[in-house]
Amino acid sequence: MDDDTDLLQRLRAGDEQAFVVLVRRHHDAMIRLASSFVPSRAVAEEVVQDTWMGVLRGIGSFEGRSSFRTWLFRILVNRARTAGARERRSVAIGDAGPAVDQSRFDQAGAWVAPPQQWIEDIDDRLRAGKMAHRIRSAIEDLPSRQREVVTLRDVEGLSSDEVCHVLEITDGNQRVLLHRGRSRVRQVLETEFGRA
Amino acid sequence: MRLGLRLRRRDLVCQQVVELVTDYLEGALPEAERRRFERHLAGCPHCTEYLAQMRATIELAGRVTPDDLTPQMQDEFIELYRQWQAEPGPEGD
Repeated sequence: MDDDTDLLQRLRAGDEQAFVVLVRRHHDAMIRLASSFVPSRAVAEEVVQDTWMGVLRGIGSFEGRSSFRTWLFRILVNRARTAGARERRSVAIGDAGPAVDQSRFDQAGAWVAPPQQWIEDIDDRLRAGKMAHRIRSAIEDLPSRQREVVTLRDVEGLSSDEVCHVLEITDGNQRVLLHRGRSRVRQVLETEFGRA
Repeated sequence: MRLGLRLRRRDLVCQQVVELVTDYLEGALPEAERRRFERHLAGCPHCTEYLAQMRATIELAGRVTPDDLTPQMQDEFIELYRQWQAEPGPEGD
């Protein structure tokens, strides 16, 4: 996949098609990220449009010190926060307690209900397609802060530094949210596809 | 002579291991902790499976294919672009 740099150059040169390609490339992730902050899909779409207008107006000042995507998501999150008027919670990082259900371990902390097998199925195209579909809704069902981190890290492939920058969270919080989110998604896959 | 079989006090149990998986994958465990983690894995097929499943979960998440723009949305973005181009100022030439 060619990166955004080339498209940005074309965009600066007034290439409308380059803009469409950029929008297409990032639209779905932007909608999903924005949805985490605002109450409805309609508002998320407004936030995304508003973000792109901000990007166009600010394109001359983008210096390329961060990746374009990081810059883009940062603008999006700022606008989504304003639109959602969600108060920033710096301490609450989701539900307390262990990420894996305690009842699966004995008193000494050893497995009594060990993980059921499912990863072999990834090589089966049909099953893998079902899993990819299921994982998408599993991520959508995560509590919002976990969803933001899992989406950016694991779906979009941003680095932990980039995610911290985009969401303005500490590295430690990022890891906790990532851990909870991934643990839940893994559990969904096990429940759905696991065999004892 | 059965001393070697006794659980060392600092050994990790499964329930601790599963909570450290992300820190491990992120390279965020201190060296001594990482060694304890790996020592546990070496003797525990269930936790080894669990770690493999977390890796598989990450890989599958990376395969999620994005929804494409509808033609109508695409038109809206083209409209947005033209609106920006029509704006006066240094950026909107």
